[in-house]
Amino acid sequence: MNDSIQNRYEFVLLFDVKNGNPNGDPDGGNLPRIDPETGHGITTDVCLKRKVRNYVELFKENQAPYNIYIKEKAILTERRQPAYDAVEEEKNKSKKISKARVWMCKNFFDVRTFGAVMSTKENNCGQVRGPVQFAFSQSIDPVVPLEATITRMAVETKKEADAQDGDNRTMGRKTYIPYGLYRVHGFISAPLAKQTGFSENDLELFWNSLKNMFDHDRSAARGEMAARKLIVFKHDSELGNAPAHRLFQLIDVKRKDETRPARAFSDYEVTFAKDKVTAGVTPLEMF
Amino acid sequence: MRYGIKLRVWGNYALFTRPEMKVERVSYDVITPSAARGILEAIYWKPSIRWMIDRIHVMQPVRFENIRRNELANRVSVNQRDMDEGKTVCRYIEDDRQQRASMVLRNVEYVIEAHFKITGSDDSDPGKHLAIFERRVKKGQCFHRPYFGCREFPVNFEWCDEIPAAVFTGRQDLGFMLHDIDFANDMTPQFFRAVMQDGVIDCRQEVIS
Repeated sequence: MNDSIQNRYEFVLLFDVKNGNPNGDPDGGNLPRIDPETGHGITTDVCLKRKVRNYVELFKENQAPYNIYIKEKAILTERRQPAYDAVEEEKNKSKKISKARVWMCKNFFDVRTFGAVMSTKENNCGQVRGPVQFAFSQSIDPVVPLEATITRMAVETKKEADAQDGDNRTMGRKTYIPYGLYRVHGFISAPLAKQTGFSENDLELFWNSLKNMFDHDRSAARGEMAARKLIVFKHDSELGNAPAHRLFQLIDVKRKDETRPARAFSDYEVTFAKDKVTAGVTPLEMF
Repeated sequence: MRYGIKLRVWGNYALFTRPEMKVERVSYDVITPSAARGILEAIYWKPSIRWMIDRIHVMQPVRFENIRRNELANRVSVNQRDMDEGKTVCRYIEDDRQQRASMVLRNVEYVIEAHFKITGSDDSDPGKHLAIFERRVKKGQCFHRPYFGCREFPVNFEWCDEIPAAVFTGRQDLGFMLHDIDFANDMTPQFFRAVMQDGVIDCRQEVIS
């Protein structure tokens, strides 16, 4: 717990999607999420957290202390590490819970990073608040969700085949965005990191996961997604040296040619007023 | 010494969940005193003080938006079922997934007026706490990033001397609203009748629990 991070951080991540759906909306027939007021695309906080978890799971192969608590179904060699064993000796219930909590933080990267609600009905032991906070991401410009109808040269059942006289074709749908550049803000609190033991090594792994998570999340639905830019503001102190919103304002992302729709990252210009960064804050351009 | 503090807070989204609509979350129309207290505590708090919310100024029209997300259905419990020998200590999201909607607020902005009570421990120089809070706000410092109801909705904050003009006029009854949780009394929720008069909600009134 002693090597937890000593600085506050904010970060701005730019990622883009080409002919894909970065985050489907269950309310909208899995169309890309859209802010109904502005037409800008959205991806939720939890969508990105899922990718960070999956990357760490893949990269660290479920070895403690980088185990992942909330997993997607992947066939992995499952290792048995019951937290209960670790705290078996303790008979006092509330002490047992707090010991189990410490154990969870120690062993699981996602609990240490994002926190987890671990409470039972009869004994609400509260929760672990992780140091890393994501906001929703938003696209720089309004996005145009399109639908492509696709065909399949096979059918599911004999009944369908008979109904089509052996033609065996079915139609499906794909929703996608031709191009969208998204911007997301995040926050990392050093005092909360102290409580969960989120360390410099964890932070390094977290930056790596932001850089690489889309490269390990390929699928038919996603199209081409890539992390384009990560700018980190490192404060000299635990509590911070400047208001976050003023730091975020220093990064401006604009379309170069407003008359044409954007179709590539090169259609955008990222300007960063580095010289205006408050004293006591170090800007780091990770990539 | 000046009495109390004024803090301007704003953000893109907010979700102050109504306790009677917690599964498919629906936000109150405005920030609750309890959420406002959470924002102040995220900036500065010590066990020797207790923040008391006096007034809340609502600076933007109330607008809602609906967001549906995949969530984990159950909480994690520290018991034999989740943490037993012979089973892995992890959850597969697919086994335990729910899609839940949230009715969230868009583009919120408030001015929070508050003071604190000394809770009677030895560290009780009110001027000191006030000065630390003001210093932190002016530097943009915080213990952790404050949020509007849920952590994915971060709060921007700045010190506020002059309260801007209200956009609301007249009297609006917002009904019964959560005031705060009484932690000393077995986490009893306390409610109050929130009335917005010319955009201002006075939170200093009798609570009902």
